[in-house]
Amino acid sequence: MVLAEHFPVFVIVISMLAAFTILIAGKANKKAAFPIALVTIFIQLLLSLYILKRVLTEGTIHYWLGGWSPPWGIEYVIDTLNAFVLVVVLFMSFMCVIYSKRSIEQEQPRNIVLFYAVFQLLVTGLCGITITGDIFNLYVFLEISALAAYALIAVAGGRALKASYNYVIMGSLGACFFLLGAGFLYAVTGTLNMEDLSRILPPLYGNRAVQAAFVFFAVGLSIKVALFPLHVWQPDAYTYAPSVVSVIIATAMAKVSVYAFIRVIFSVFTVEFIESYVGIDVALCWIAAMGIIAGSVLAIMQTNLKRMLAYSSVAQIGYIVLGIGLAPMSAWGLVGAVAHILNHALMKGCLFMAAGAFIYKLGLRDIRDFEGLGKKMPYASFAFTIAAISMIGVPPCTGFASKLFLILASLQATETLPVSGYVFVAVLLTSTLLNLAYFWRVIDRIYFVKSEEGHGGGGGQETKKADVPLSMAIPMIILAVLCIVVGILWLTSLSSPFVGQVLADLGMGVLPQW
Amino acid sequence: MVEMLTPLFVILCPLIAAPLILLLGKWPNIREGVAIAAGIATFSLVLSMINPILNSDVIRISFQTLLPGIEIGFKVDAFGMLFALTSSSLWILVTIYSIGYMRSLKEHAQTRFFFSFALAIFGALGIAMSTNLVTMFIFYEILTVSTYPLVIHDQTAEALSAGHKYFAYLLTSGCFFLFGVMLVYYLTGTTDFTNGGIAALEALNPAHKWTLIILFFCFLLGFLKAAWMPFHSWLPSAMVAPTPVSALLHAVAVVKAGVFGIVRIVCYIYGVDLMTSLGLGLALACIAGFTMIVSNLFAIAQDNLKRRLAYSTINQLSYILLGAALLTPDGVKGAMMHIPFHGYMKITLFLCAGAIMVATGKKNISEMAGIGKTMPVTMMAFSICALGMCGIPPAVGFISKWFLCTGAVEAAETISPVMIIFLFVLLIASLLDVVYFFPVIHTAFFKDPEGVVGEPKVKEAPPTVVIPLAITATFSVIFFLAFILRPVDVLAPYVDMLSMHIYDLVDIAIGNVFT
Repeated sequence: MVLAEHFPVFVIVISMLAAFTILIAGKANKKAAFPIALVTIFIQLLLSLYILKRVLTEGTIHYWLGGWSPPWGIEYVIDTLNAFVLVVVLFMSFMCVIYSKRSIEQEQPRNIVLFYAVFQLLVTGLCGITITGDIFNLYVFLEISALAAYALIAVAGGRALKASYNYVIMGSLGACFFLLGAGFLYAVTGTLNMEDLSRILPPLYGNRAVQAAFVFFAVGLSIKVALFPLHVWQPDAYTYAPSVVSVIIATAMAKVSVYAFIRVIFSVFTVEFIESYVGIDVALCWIAAMGIIAGSVLAIMQTNLKRMLAYSSVAQIGYIVLGIGLAPMSAWGLVGAVAHILNHALMKGCLFMAAGAFIYKLGLRDIRDFEGLGKKMPYASFAFTIAAISMIGVPPCTGFASKLFLILASLQATETLPVSGYVFVAVLLTSTLLNLAYFWRVIDRIYFVKSEEGHGGGGGQETKKADVPLSMAIPMIILAVLCIVVGILWLTSLSSPFVGQVLADLGMGVLPQW
Repeated sequence: MVEMLTPLFVILCPLIAAPLILLLGKWPNIREGVAIAAGIATFSLVLSMINPILNSDVIRISFQTLLPGIEIGFKVDAFGMLFALTSSSLWILVTIYSIGYMRSLKEHAQTRFFFSFALAIFGALGIAMSTNLVTMFIFYEILTVSTYPLVIHDQTAEALSAGHKYFAYLLTSGCFFLFGVMLVYYLTGTTDFTNGGIAALEALNPAHKWTLIILFFCFLLGFLKAAWMPFHSWLPSAMVAPTPVSALLHAVAVVKAGVFGIVRIVCYIYGVDLMTSLGLGLALACIAGFTMIVSNLFAIAQDNLKRRLAYSTINQLSYILLGAALLTPDGVKGAMMHIPFHGYMKITLFLCAGAIMVATGKKNISEMAGIGKTMPVTMMAFSICALGMCGIPPAVGFISKWFLCTGAVEAAETISPVMIIFLFVLLIASLLDVVYFFPVIHTAFFKDPEGVVGEPKVKEAPPTVVIPLAITATFSVIFFLAFILRPVDVLAPYVDMLSMHIYDLVDIAIGNVFT
């Protein structure tokens, strides 16, 4: 299969070409934009699934761009982790595109063509970050996706402009840090290829420049993933962006940044580096733990649904980073982090879609106005409820699986950190309750609280059903169902070969057996 | 050990019924037909598993290995069977009762009610049949979440705040439970319920004594569904729910899931020997004894019948805990018997309270003067089961209490003389039971209602309401008769069949625990 060898580059190229095609075709006919984007992303999704299958059967794929061999040319390296992230990203993008049709028609009727063009660019950037094996190339794609995201947020106008501006400043800072890190490494080693770096770096671990580079990467990417306390750009950006943009940023984009984080820490650098030179793992755990609590508490204080979800994302990113921080002490940490990349994408995607649906149909943003929504919008409410229950971590939903892995990791970490390990367990369990506090209040409003005027809430009167159009309901329902199905899948042994492969690729060894 | 798919089918019945109920919401008759059919199917499937278990076999089915050493799966042993039998048999009766009750009171959101009910039963049966702590935790959480819509059914401010309290208590306790589960797994690499306790856990004993003690208290906090004091206040609040919910869930399925879990921990995770050497039996017995006395004092002060019954439930649950805490064959036997027996008696009492509400709209005991004459069947059933609660024949409460008392004496002989205190605790608690149940009977039968002249007319609740409670009351008596008649060879097979082999199951379970 000669053609199949080129699939990695196809994923990027067709996406980028489609962005321009949309622009040109859109000039002729506005209606062309949506189908082109839909088909492109669908093809990308199929390609990524094929790539995932190949990685799982044949091992890591190396693709030399233009046939240039690695230290000089750009290399795409796809192992199990990025194949997995690629599928997650493209699947979420696909769901977003389906969802976007009606949503964008209503919110941005004049900018449809531009929206899809930029959206396609964003997807290109995200796929690029995921697929590349070159650290400078990663930076380039990071910027592509970030610039696209700035534009997509700003498209809403009004307060979104300020949110987007904040994001530009913070995002650029993060990118600068990342670039500095890449520059330092280049200065020391003379290469930008990740695999090369990981081979050349070990003897140089004592070098101050290398250590500084690591810290630059860590800080830069922390801004990008909106890790507490560097999250300040994030709530505004999520809140004021158009609905569908909130979905894609909160799911695909945040997850890709996390992926980059994992990649830099565990592939470019190694666990040994962290253990013996820059003891960032324990610090990361503590920061993440604080983020989990702070994000949840801030979420409880919100009355705007999207803002609440944004703060909830801060907390959930904390889960993932906690998993990353625990990884050197317990392989379960990384399993938790990787699992939560998918789980959080599904749950948050579904929640943001439902929030968007409430806005789309009834213009409701404030949780206090949600009385009787369960009767008026049964599908959106149902999807929201399932995803919220999953966030709380009720078994067998996805949130439970993540929680399980992370608690196990924390318990195992007690061998090296006797006190903090138990603190992390406590944090995880407390956050369950905090999640309950802020999500259940919404569910209560939607289904159970009777509104003052006496209608809705099961008063027995006929309430007019005004559910979202099918193209918006279907992705929501799919994600909601997946919240349960994937949760069960994590709990079965079907996922274990995959998990084992990810750990092996990142040099983390095998899962501990008792 | 037998491999069978039956446990899976048992679980699937309510699980499939739930969405059907939701879909058929527009046709109430079909909807409730589905609920009853699912109930009957579930119960027959549970019954069909009884034979291998009576041959001291264990039915096992496992699906997937979750983490190394943990598989999601079901294992039905004699003890699990007891709980499964109790909840599935009562589900049928309560479904029939609910139809009459909900329609008579013209309750809203009946579809949601039956839907959540089926899910709750799904959770309870899952707990009864789970093979290890992880599986149990999954169903335990499902049970918690699915009962919330039932608790807040009225959607009044009071109901909502009761619901919030319910969640605040039970989901917090879920966190402790999860922590306990993970810690057991981390320490031993397994969480399977093992006859006589997990050996690896016992091996930790002298070196990690305090870890084990803390772990045990985590589990106790994790099973707050057992409503031991001082963490009981969610249960009386939850009585705002419609009566069928209070009856099946807050007298049988939910609270029994709590005590069932604690007995599982005591007998199948820690094991009797480890419990004894850690001295945890005494600790648990103290908690249970405290709860028994104090909750009875609370019960005396209640005028609302359902609230009084709720405190009585708290008290009776602690009988079960105390039985397990005695760590002697008779004590555990009494505890295990009390699970189905208390279930049947307490459900009758709640169903009576509901029937009174349907027929007369009265909720408070002080208003029930002369009600025994207008509702003779209901109040007869009530009186029989109230007597049973106090440990007086002809209802079956006497038997479990008898074993608890002999268990306490045994414990005093074998474990420590201090345990004899609990004999007196048991007796005092039974006496207090009398103190709060007799006024109800007295008011109902011997007080004349104010301002009513002439012979009162009989006015019972609709038959769908009265028949189920008559059946449960009859069974409370049948269980008692079965115990007496079992030694008679000619009658034994019939009697055992009628009593669903409860006594055989208990004997087998005791044999498993004290190997």
